[in-house]
Amino acid sequence: MSIRQAMLAILEQGPMYGYQLRAEFEQRTGETWPLNIGQVYTTLTRLERDGLVEVVVGDAGSGNAGHGGVGEPLGSDRTHVYRATEAGRSEVSEWFATPVPRSQPPRDELAIKLAIAVTLPGVDVGTIIQRQRTATMASLQDYTRLKRTGRAATPQEPADLAWSLVLDALVFDAEAEVRWLDHCEARLRRAAAEREGVRPGASTPSTEGATR
Amino acid sequence: MNAVLHLAAVSRVHGEGATEVHALRSVTFRAHPGELVAVMGPSGSGKSTLLTLAGGLDAPTSGSVRIEGHDLATLDNAGRARIRRTSVGYVFQDFNLIPALTAAENVALPRELDGEKSRIARRLAVTALEEVGIADLVDRFPDEMSGGQQQRVAIARAIVGERRLILADEPTGALDTDTGEEILRLLRARCDAGAAGVMVTHEARHAAWADRVVFLRDGVVVDETGSDEPEVLLVEEAGR
Ligand SMILES: Nc1ncnc2c1ncn2[C@@H]1O[C@H](COP(=O)(O)OP(=O)(O)OP(=O)(O)O)[C@@H](O)[C@H]1O
Ligand SMILES: [Mg+2]
Repeated sequence: MSIRQAMLAILEQGPMYGYQLRAEFEQRTGETWPLNIGQVYTTLTRLERDGLVEVVVGDAGSGNAGHGGVGEPLGSDRTHVYRATEAGRSEVSEWFATPVPRSQPPRDELAIKLAIAVTLPGVDVGTIIQRQRTATMASLQDYTRLKRTGRAATPQEPADLAWSLVLDALVFDAEAEVRWLDHCEARLRRAAAEREGVRPGASTPSTEGATR
Repeated sequence: MNAVLHLAAVSRVHGEGATEVHALRSVTFRAHPGELVAVMGPSGSGKSTLLTLAGGLDAPTSGSVRIEGHDLATLDNAGRARIRRTSVGYVFQDFNLIPALTAAENVALPRELDGEKSRIARRLAVTALEEVGIADLVDRFPDEMSGGQQQRVAIARAIVGERRLILADEPTGALDTDTGEEILRLLRARCDAGAAGVMVTHEARHAAWADRVVFLRDGVVVDETGSDEPEVLLVEEAGR
């Protein structure tokens, strides 16, 4: 999963505590994919087990770790400073060198919902589409508000630019969803009109519109 | 808060009998100062009809249209024309620039018609053209400009001076992504400064700049998003 590689890649900047790693991640991605600290340490433990990271300052070093550990609950993991190993660094290069596969599209609940809905007689697909479009549009408005205000609007640091690009990804994603919903609606209306046959005098604006 | 634009139960029927088309059916719609509203809907759903009625370019079959409290039906032609020139900025879907006039003259025209000295009208026009990013094209004629450049002249004409109501029909249609975003930024800024804006668009990404998105289908408002209080999903600022 990409969180593992993302954490490993951030560690290329230099050795870090777990909570620093989380802060660095969120600096770039906002709170779009929140990481809880437990997850961070679980991942680090696994990376260590797999030989991809190593501990540079351990429990014993907590006294001379400078700013580290302040306000952090004492558990052995929390006082560790982690560093990427040679193997870890080559895994990162591998990650950057390989395109993210699209062969298995992430499960798309909306596509599944509509795919089922259009086959069921009692379901008002038009209403499902309209509700979804309104909801997606509202999210799109929220992303856009974040884009034009705050640190994404005037990026000062590379991490701000990263965050504004993440917002763009969310924007394009939501936009694609709205377009797909428009497309579904138009196709369903055309299919319905063809089933009924075009009745003269009846209001069939979607077909009129198509010829404009 | 008083609406700058208020359509009350507005219908518009084109033609009669067998060829009758109900372009709008009893639509009620408001735009307030400081608010940008986007209108979305399939081709033929009545978006341009709504905008032309709002701008006093066409009259409803029934219902009323008010701009800053003035019922357009109670005004004579001269009164309507005056409101159009002074309060309303209109960006037409097909730009509607006058071919015999340069960019600056096109933009200055409504000001001059309203009695502004031509030197001042030109200065305002040049400022507006700067704002839309084509300061270097002030003396070009429409047929010497690209579609996107003409569109920006049309937008400059709509924002020149202190318009209280800006109506824009597909204002980003001929623009690339970046220029389109600049124009939205500009419309947004005008609305943030107190104007009311209504913008027709096919692009969800552009509609998202609005405070409210209204969906039209077959001449009816079927849904609306967004209110005045922002419901932020990603609380970025809290994380800082
Ligand atoms: N002058 C007219 N005479 C007859 N019918 C008209 C006239 N103007 C518009 N209509 C009809 O009214 C309906 C709404 O048209 P309108 O121009 O408002 O659509 P729109 O939503 O702006 O579409 P588009 O996205 O294609 O610009 C359409 O069915 C159109 O054919
Ligand atoms: Mg139109």
